[in-house]
Amino acid sequence: MSFDFTITGFVALYIFMLAGFAGWVIIGNVPAILHTPLMSGSNFIHGIVVVGGLYTLINASTTQEQVIGFFAVLLGAGNAAGGYAVTDRMLAMFKSSEPASKPHRSHASKKKH
Amino acid sequence: MLTLLAQLTIGAANLVAAFLFLFGLKRMSSPATAASGIRLAGIGMVAAVLASFLYVLNIDDSVKPYLLMNITLALLALAIGGVGAWLAGRKVAMTAMPQMVAIYNGMGGGAAGAIAAVELFGNNAHDASQLIVTLLGALIGAISMSGSVIAWAKLQGIINKPLRIKSQQIINGVVFLAAIAVAGWIVFVTLSGADPLLSIASWTYIFFAIALIFGILMTLPIGGADMPVVISIYNAFTGLAVGLEGFVLGNPALMIAGMVVGAAGLLLTLLMAKAMNRSVANVLFTNFGDIVKAKHG
Repeated sequence: MSFDFTITGFVALYIFMLAGFAGWVIIGNVPAILHTPLMSGSNFIHGIVVVGGLYTLINASTTQEQVIGFFAVLLGAGNAAGGYAVTDRMLAMFKSSEPASKPHRSHASKKKH
Repeated sequence: MLTLLAQLTIGAANLVAAFLFLFGLKRMSSPATAASGIRLAGIGMVAAVLASFLYVLNIDDSVKPYLLMNITLALLALAIGGVGAWLAGRKVAMTAMPQMVAIYNGMGGGAAGAIAAVELFGNNAHDASQLIVTLLGALIGAISMSGSVIAWAKLQGIINKPLRIKSQQIINGVVFLAAIAVAGWIVFVTLSGADPLLSIASWTYIFFAIALIFGILMTLPIGGADMPVVISIYNAFTGLAVGLEGFVLGNPALMIAGMVVGAAGLLLTLLMAKAMNRSVANVLFTNFGDIVKAKHG
């Protein structure tokens, strides 16, 4: 017995359509200040490509596939990890209740004199 | 039994990841909840990556002699790519963030292209639609990769001037049509079994080379001031490429996450262009960014 998780044919097109619509609706009405963080956040989300890379590398059966698969995982992992680090730092600036976690940030506005 | 359990776990982890990506993106789109959104999406990512190691329980017999090496390579690639990019992302100055997004986005496009390359070299496509989708994802991913690298180089100040040659648009058009033509040729000879002149593998190399060159040519004429919009376009491109390769691999999490980012990235691009009082076509084809830059300098 085995489960088939693959999605093919018209079901795939429906998935694409609904996912595309979801992405469009979720981002709608976003304030301009969040444009760049959201670009960065969605950049992180397509880092899921690392999972595809892992699948490809684990199923590699020639040296060529191993080499290309290695780079797929390497690049995908960079996309995911880097995307997270950058987005997290950008969004940390939007935290409402965090006055003193980073006390000496260079651009803190302390121009009182 | 074990393989069934592995399949179920992978399926469940991917479902959870897809949900957390959508929910996280929703939270990221409001300032009050934005910081928690990325955390949720991060949890989804970790779950999906950990679960994907269960693929080792469900492999073909021909893969078994390579398995140990494959796992070693996978761990090595995750460690180098993940830790390297993480440290770079933590260290980079706040002002240099946009080019970091560009380079990470380029990495994602490259990963999608690499997956497509394995499928193409291994001749894994079962039918015409799969082959066409693989090639389409490869094209978009490769363009996004080389284009993002140029965008990074421009913001980093490595390429200072928009590089323009005479009748740039026509040359770009010809290069793009050449990529489509090579892709069409690959599909034709694979399906009909006709003599490919060169081997199909060589044509695949040529196809990737042309796609990468097109990404470079497309980005070079655009001025530095327009780069955020361009990076946003390439972000949508990478999402689309990931979604298409997800279809080829039969992985719903990749399909959903990729297509969500594709659509969200497209809308973000339109919003960003609108905030600059420009249209996207204007950004891509009229080289206006240079004038903006000249005014400031």
